[in-house]
Amino acid sequence: MFPSAFSYVAPNTLDETYELLEQYGDDAKVLAGGQSLLPMMKLRLAAPGMLVDIGQVPHLATQHESPDALRIGALTRHAILDSKQFDRYPLLSQTAPWIADPLVRNRGTMGGSLAHADPAADWGATLLALKASVQLASHERQRLVALHDFFVDVYTTALEPQELLTEIIVPAPLADSLVFGHYFKLERKVGDFAVVGVAVTASLTDDGTVSEAGIGLAAMGSIPLAAKKAAALLIGHRLTPELIKEVAQVAAQEGDPQSDRRGSEEYKRSMVRVYVQRGLAQIHQEWQVANQSIA
Amino acid sequence: MAMEATESRPLGKAIKRKEDPRFIRRQGRYLDDIVLPGMLYMALARSPYAHARIKNIRLDEAYKVLGVKAILTGADLEKMNLSWMPTLAGDRQMVLATGKVLFQYQEVAAVVAETRAAAEDAVQRIEVDYQPLDAVVDPYAAMKPDAPLLREDREQKDNHIFHWEVGDREGTENTLASSPIVVKEFIRMPRVHPAPVEPCGCIADYQKSTGKMTWYVTSQAPHAHRTVLAMVSGLPEHMIHVISPDIGGGFGNKVPVYPGYVCSIVLSLQLGRPVKWIETRTENIATTNFARDYHMTAEIGATEEGIVTGLKVITIADHGAFDAAADPSKFPAGLFSIVTGSYNFPIAFAEVDGVYTNKAPGGVAYRCSFRVTEASFLIERVMNTLALRLNLDPVELRRRNFIQPDQFPYQSPLGWTYDSGNYDLTLDKALELVGYEKLREEQAERRARGELVGIGISTFTEIVGAGPSNTFDILGIKMFDSCEIRIHPTGKAIARLGARHQGQGHETTFAQVIAEELGLTTADVLIEEGDTDTAPYGLGTYASRSTPTAGGAAALAARRIRQKAIQIAAHLLEVSADDVEWNGEKFVTKGLESRGVGMGEVALAAYTNLPQGMEPGLEATYYYDPPNLTFPNGAYIAVVSIDRGTGQVAVERFVAVDDCGTVINPMVVDGQIHGGLTEGFGIAFMQEIAFDEDGNNLAPNFMEYLVPTAVEAPHWETGRTVTPSPHHPIGAKGVGESPNVGSPAAFVNAVVDALSPYGVTNLEIPLFPWKVWNVLREHGLTL
Repeated sequence: MFPSAFSYVAPNTLDETYELLEQYGDDAKVLAGGQSLLPMMKLRLAAPGMLVDIGQVPHLATQHESPDALRIGALTRHAILDSKQFDRYPLLSQTAPWIADPLVRNRGTMGGSLAHADPAADWGATLLALKASVQLASHERQRLVALHDFFVDVYTTALEPQELLTEIIVPAPLADSLVFGHYFKLERKVGDFAVVGVAVTASLTDDGTVSEAGIGLAAMGSIPLAAKKAAALLIGHRLTPELIKEVAQVAAQEGDPQSDRRGSEEYKRSMVRVYVQRGLAQIHQEWQVANQSIA
Repeated sequence: MAMEATESRPLGKAIKRKEDPRFIRRQGRYLDDIVLPGMLYMALARSPYAHARIKNIRLDEAYKVLGVKAILTGADLEKMNLSWMPTLAGDRQMVLATGKVLFQYQEVAAVVAETRAAAEDAVQRIEVDYQPLDAVVDPYAAMKPDAPLLREDREQKDNHIFHWEVGDREGTENTLASSPIVVKEFIRMPRVHPAPVEPCGCIADYQKSTGKMTWYVTSQAPHAHRTVLAMVSGLPEHMIHVISPDIGGGFGNKVPVYPGYVCSIVLSLQLGRPVKWIETRTENIATTNFARDYHMTAEIGATEEGIVTGLKVITIADHGAFDAAADPSKFPAGLFSIVTGSYNFPIAFAEVDGVYTNKAPGGVAYRCSFRVTEASFLIERVMNTLALRLNLDPVELRRRNFIQPDQFPYQSPLGWTYDSGNYDLTLDKALELVGYEKLREEQAERRARGELVGIGISTFTEIVGAGPSNTFDILGIKMFDSCEIRIHPTGKAIARLGARHQGQGHETTFAQVIAEELGLTTADVLIEEGDTDTAPYGLGTYASRSTPTAGGAAALAARRIRQKAIQIAAHLLEVSADDVEWNGEKFVTKGLESRGVGMGEVALAAYTNLPQGMEPGLEATYYYDPPNLTFPNGAYIAVVSIDRGTGQVAVERFVAVDDCGTVINPMVVDGQIHGGLTEGFGIAFMQEIAFDEDGNNLAPNFMEYLVPTAVEAPHWETGRTVTPSPHHPIGAKGVGESPNVGSPAAFVNAVVDALSPYGVTNLEIPLFPWKVWNVLREHGLTL
């Protein structure tokens, strides 16, 4: 349970960070919250020669809400999104308490989790449902990458060795709609990675028509996934039981889960179906309550 | 409410645990807290294969790591005749592999270095050429004639270890043949692991100048380990000092001797420096003793009225690569013959065949008195099947077959003499607590609404407290236990026992027993265990034996003190000893209660003012050889509901009524029950060490081997009946293991009950959600 020998550096600025990443290339690993990287190093599954601890770099742990987006600094701890409510982004605070356990939530970061790219991680599913993008930066350039282009394969992303993920940008929902969101996670015990995770979000207009929707899936393939076909079926329609059922069935077919000790492929698809159905039914019910109180 | 340790007459009171302040303030002293000057660190190289020949081991690169002091291989140990070690089960086990490896993660080489990191670096640089062989994973496949031979070292050229049987085979078969009702069920208890929070480890500290070996070790049985070490190493026993420091849970995992222990001792002897070895979590789960892995088929015969006529049990026991079971020597299948349980079976037969497979060796008695959990799970599950077959309420079936209070001492058909019990009374209490009749009504209503709701019953009887010396020994050493009490001049006492607690609360409960006998308070009595240079010889703590054995010794040692004290009291009261009596708090003159002296005054007099000719001092030792085991029992009721969408089972309620005889400390008993129920919950729903076809361990860490936390654990409702043991000095029975023994069947019976309207009678644990979902889907019950 001791890592292989490694060097450690804690830069104070982004520029220093970029320099170090350029200098050490593949041999460097960025240390954010360390909740995945450090256990992997202790098990000697990872053995980076240089750890670049970005904990001292200022302004990476902030959140800015503007009319068109919520910008979340990469070093934002999971626990912040558990305790801080962003009213127009209810799915975030619905997801955060499902991540691991309080110790991990206090240390682990959103940027770190995305860059680690575990297909079963919770943020991937939720941020795909919210159509988020990530800001990748290096000395050379800044680039904005949509999350669905960011995830490449298991533990593999579009990040180049010299790049740092600095920010997550979540677009704001439409102003004239009420927005709802729920995260469902089948876990074998608290702190477990998802057997299946399903993030469901939808914006509903005054008459109950879905104006925007997103469905994200965790542990349903080699990368976090968005059930785009299913979500598209919702747009412009009301949440009738028939539609909910149909959308749930379509969502269950999006993804490519593996049979393993957590369940068969068929089981995992069925869990997506059950959770999408439960999520949309719950959203419909909440919209009815909200609409009644407005009326 | 919990009471302070200064409470008088403490027996039966919820005295706060004396050990807790140091544990919760991080002032415990566990093995890994101990750092000795000049200490070296050991790490083990382990096999990636479950079955392979070792062609070659190269150490050159490993020796290049800075700080490496020595590397041991099986070949080195062979020269010392130490490459194999005896197991408690009479088999032998490789210390470091020679010739071939027999399970994944098997110990292949030991590196000792100045730091642990250096030792681990060197382990990574050891190069071993393996020639993989076909692995045998399934115990039934292991018994086939064409199965690969695993243990080439044995004369016997197959994978069969032992056959053990008890009872009347022919009579039982005849009874079953003539019984109008016979139910048969295959019940598997998968391989699980005790997984204590603190893994195993040791520091061997051999001083060449004195010839003394001090061995700090996470040991549930320090004296037994000292004797084994003396026998194996040839070191004189008085020159071995075993210290078992604070232990972070044992549950049977810290009874056996492990290869890492032997290697660190050899290396300390060679180098003359302390050598520390402490397991990683994976090493603990994947190599040290597992539990269960029992594959059982039971048949129960009954009349149409549901009176049981006979029980037959056929079992395959998977012991892995070496039979390293930690059972009393004459019991290769432990006390599995308690399998007739709480029921009045006129005749029974049970057999167990042990087999080798390419898995880690064992199995240990995980929080159970040697295969008692397997036995209880089996009988309580199959009684449930019988109730379904007869269409009888499981409560009613049990009532018709309980051993009755007037049958005690009850002679079981498989050879045990149950000491006491009142099974109807215990069950009544549980039914009352849970509100059984109303619960069944609610169940019917909820079922009508399409809900899957089940109620499961388990009314188990345990056998604990090994044990009487005419039957029980470990490697020939009789399984008595001991206590030595010294009363100091100011009336304060220190007591040392041969047991070794790992969280059970001995520092409080045994102080209560002694204080009650001597008119002291719990605060007045310091309990010490785990140091073989100071404590009297005993066989340790496991199998719920501490209270039945060491607890008996504590009471009897205290009474021995009183025998002398009464003479001193008579001297102080200036009357004859015949005119003095003990009133429970002090010595008083008969007929004149106001004239009395307490233990404090007597103690002072024992050192300052003795009767003419009396030997000074006030101390006593008692070696207690119990006349019988104790037979605690319980009635557990689980209420569950099943999510038809996901297959997840929610435990809505769990009522546990235990009868462990006289209760020393109700809070400590409740704590034991809560912990054991949580483990039983894990066994029923979450845990299995599974292997793939190549023998790769699929759950070698806490990512895959799931241990329930407070979040998963249901709310436990506990209750008690008190039927004292007639032979124990204070009427107490063991209790620590009852909840682990009794609860798995209650959970599974409840889930089966939820699904029984659809024809389900049997489910295999662990009840992972996907498994339950598969059953739901088979019966068209999924959403």
